[in-house]
Amino acid sequence: MSIDKETIRHVAHLARIELQPNELEKLFGELHEILGFIDKLSILNVEQIKPTSHILPISNVLREDELHVSLNSDKALENAPSKKGNFFSVPKIIE
Amino acid sequence: MKYQTVIGLEVHLQLNTKTKAFCGCSTDFGKAPNSNVCPVCLGFPGSLPVYNRQALNSAIKLALAFNCQIQEHTKFDRKNYFYPDLPKNYQISQFDLPLSRNGYLDIYTQNLPKRIGITRVHLEEDAGKLIHETGCSLVDFNRTGIPLLEIVSEPDLNSPSEAFDYLNSLKSIIEYLDVSDCDMEKGSLRCDANISLRLLGAKELGVKTELKNMNSFKGVKDALTFEVERQTQLLETNQELVQETRLWDVEKAVTVVMRTKEGAKDYRYFPDPDLTVFIIEESMIAQIKAQLPELPQEKMRRFVKEYGLTEYDAKILVSSKNDAQFAENCIQNYPGEDKKEIVNWLIGPLLSEANLRKVKLHALNLNTNELISLIGFVQRQEISYLCAKNVLSQLIDTGKTTQDLIQEGNLQQISNADALSEVIETVIHENAKSVSDFKAGKTNALMYLVGQVMKKSSGKANPKVVGDLVRRRLS
Amino acid sequence: MELNQLTAHELLEKLKAQQTTPEAILDSLYARIQKIEPQVKAYVRGQACLPSTSSQADLPSVGDRHACPLRGLPITIKDNICTEGLPTECCSKILQGFRPPYDATVIDKLKKSGAVIFPLKANMDEFAFGSSTENSYFGPTRNPWNLDYVPGGSSGGSAAAVASDEAIWALGSDTGGSIRQPASFCGVVGLKPTYGRVSRFGLIAFASSLDQIGPITKDVQDAAILTGLISGYDPGDSTSVNQDVPDYTKSLTGDIKNLKIGIPKEYFIAGMDEEVKTIIQEAVNKLKDLGALANSVSLPHTEYAVPVYYIIATAEASSNLARFDGVQYGYRASSDNLIQMYKLTRAQGFGQEAKRRIILGTFVLSHGYYDAYYLRALKVRTLIKQDFDKVFGEFDCIVAPTSPTSAFKIGERAQDPLSMYLSDIYTISANLAGIPAISIPCGFTKKGLPVGLQIMAKPFNEAMLFRVAHTFEQNTDWHKFKTKL
Repeated sequence: MSIDKETIRHVAHLARIELQPNELEKLFGELHEILGFIDKLSILNVEQIKPTSHILPISNVLREDELHVSLNSDKALENAPSKKGNFFSVPKIIE
Repeated sequence: MKYQTVIGLEVHLQLNTKTKAFCGCSTDFGKAPNSNVCPVCLGFPGSLPVYNRQALNSAIKLALAFNCQIQEHTKFDRKNYFYPDLPKNYQISQFDLPLSRNGYLDIYTQNLPKRIGITRVHLEEDAGKLIHETGCSLVDFNRTGIPLLEIVSEPDLNSPSEAFDYLNSLKSIIEYLDVSDCDMEKGSLRCDANISLRLLGAKELGVKTELKNMNSFKGVKDALTFEVERQTQLLETNQELVQETRLWDVEKAVTVVMRTKEGAKDYRYFPDPDLTVFIIEESMIAQIKAQLPELPQEKMRRFVKEYGLTEYDAKILVSSKNDAQFAENCIQNYPGEDKKEIVNWLIGPLLSEANLRKVKLHALNLNTNELISLIGFVQRQEISYLCAKNVLSQLIDTGKTTQDLIQEGNLQQISNADALSEVIETVIHENAKSVSDFKAGKTNALMYLVGQVMKKSSGKANPKVVGDLVRRRLS
Repeated sequence: MELNQLTAHELLEKLKAQQTTPEAILDSLYARIQKIEPQVKAYVRGQACLPSTSSQADLPSVGDRHACPLRGLPITIKDNICTEGLPTECCSKILQGFRPPYDATVIDKLKKSGAVIFPLKANMDEFAFGSSTENSYFGPTRNPWNLDYVPGGSSGGSAAAVASDEAIWALGSDTGGSIRQPASFCGVVGLKPTYGRVSRFGLIAFASSLDQIGPITKDVQDAAILTGLISGYDPGDSTSVNQDVPDYTKSLTGDIKNLKIGIPKEYFIAGMDEEVKTIIQEAVNKLKDLGALANSVSLPHTEYAVPVYYIIATAEASSNLARFDGVQYGYRASSDNLIQMYKLTRAQGFGQEAKRRIILGTFVLSHGYYDAYYLRALKVRTLIKQDFDKVFGEFDCIVAPTSPTSAFKIGERAQDPLSMYLSDIYTISANLAGIPAISIPCGFTKKGLPVGLQIMAKPFNEAMLFRVAHTFEQNTDWHKFKTKL
């Protein structure tokens, strides 16, 4: 399996990254090579193998329903590139 | 009807835990913007989630009450999409191994029982709140991370009123479980609907519309009703239906297009590596099952069995947990053999009073003993039913005793023939036409004459005695 | 010897005996940094952040110093570990100006142990994406053994600072070798603990199922001390394990007689530098001389580790890095359209390698490709773990090279991502299997560049690593060599 430029464009949109045409060209070549290397995996028969998404055999990690100290809103907004009052501000969302 | 309506509902329910799903921030509603937040629910770099035990317990409780199969092995997945109300730009949700599946809800719709399938109940987290201003949108993350359940029904609902009944049943059960505030206005319960029409008997589903932005159960019903008509009209005029998302505009009472389907969304679900799996063991399920309260259906059956109520009456009384408790308290304290007598009061005059005051039955704050006392007066024929209803209203408003109210109002029923004869003579005199009708064999005329006597006696006359006296006088 | 040249345990002895003070130690570090930092560039955000004298540093009070095990000893922290109020930017433009409102759990533990958090943070590849520290927004760090060479990565700043005595010791993070490979390239000790041993809370995630914080130190004893201090259960990290932390210094016995050591044959393959191969073989011989029983073992799925890693790690990274969108913190490109604001912020804020990995990771999770790439990789991860389980059924530890080569030249692999990815070929498996692994100095190439020996053990058996590493170290002089700077 490989990747075409249209797919890269689509994936970059999903990832919200603007790509310049020359970047797209470069990525196309690099991803092509990397995916070619990754395709090595396709020769393994893994039908009967269980996937490992967690390497640890631990389960049911839960916390009690107890209040902890929250940040005050000044602290929460301290790093914000743009704020208005106690709110974070973003360019207007148009559906 | 040429078409069958097919509706499936997707309910998002905020659980009423003290703290958020993955951090110890408060879930209190109405706090100053961005004050119930911490690095975890803000998705700050480096922060990590740990799930709330109470949320898991509540979720299992609800899934069991909805007759779902709890999955032995369940996990959280990340649903990836960019939106400013989603601080991590992914929502922690569940994809292929939800907490529970294959449940059902038995509802009554048009007085008939119907079973509605529940596809799945799964765990997720709430998003923040957006406020749109000119030129910018503002984000408040207080709501972000509140534990949410998504309850997805099968497309088993076939009319807007069925959908309405389903929502009420669902809300009633949730109220019994005490796992959520279920307040659509505060957004603790939200409902989206999928609706399509198909020719009666057709197997294939029609093109569906997704409806959003309804903020009451009635809104859901109205939006669906509008949509049935809109879709019917399109089908009837051979116009093409498009799969789209539409918003309910409550002011204009119409649905408007929000977006047409832009191809399937690609959420790139994958297991959240920051959270471990959950193994829900039989013993845990059994333990939670044992803690389940008596649910409305069971309570209804018990009321029928224990107190001899009709299903219809019992159903009305159990729909709200607190009302059921109030009703049962009344029934148990009622000394009479036939419980139907007090039940008639509960679902008759009492419910009317409650509806009039826009509160629940139990919230009328009526003293059970005074109600029972009032019913006694009626049964002993010491006051008329008509007067009793007035007394009930005053009992609620004033908090005085039944005895005092009857005395104060001089409401004792008049059953004495001498005391009544003057009024009866006057009525006969004033209603010659009815008198001759009665004599000509029209029995209805008697009822009218009795009614006139009741009116003149301010409802105090004993109608049965009056009837006898009038008949005797005219025969 | 200057104070900054000593190991942590040597300085702790001096502090205990009141022969020196934390202020004096800091001053010796500042002096060293003034002198060689312009050449090495182990730290970021320049000397503007550096106080001119130690009096400005946030030192624990005298009374507290003696109550705490670290007595005011400074420690250097990688730029992806959150330090309250101190810039933490992952060496990325997109986190420009970010000062976390909280401390990572490891920082909290260190402060409580009496450590002084060094006010400058260590350079790294942006978001830990790289094996050379060339991918830093602040420019590359240089290898203190030869300034034309890379220090390795991604914890290259931490390793170079320790190797050049610009730090006493340091914390790095390791997702696919990011502690061990730079430790190897810089001739210092670096440990990746068992997954779940050290809390990840406050470590800005690259790949959550692989990341671990670990020590980079001048000798094994320091690594044992530091590992002990940062390890342990954290209720704030669902993936941290509730298991007692032993006193690792007790495992420094100097005795490895009859320990069974496996030498994986798949790690000695074509493409490996002959000189490195010889040095590793000599090291193995040394271990045999010290009484260990070495045998060849097989980890048959080794060749699949790199492709599995680049699927899993990029997939997780693509999601972990989605939060960097210009809304709550960091860099924001200006645009009055929301989607365009996102796209420009991320296009301008992320470097080339970050973008490459995010796009690759997004691709392997996307509709139609998930099963072929992501799911398949998770399954092969199972096979890789099973390989190790099998070997550890019979062997106490596995000994292998840390990297197929010694440090490479700056710029040499920068334009060839795949060749860069392959420099992690021996370190990635330990992350995939979740096992602990350490790199210790075991020799120098003819060019004078250090070579590292990697030791791996069963999960939660860090003690075994310290025992073997310490025994080797105490019977060799490699850790005593200093750079010419």
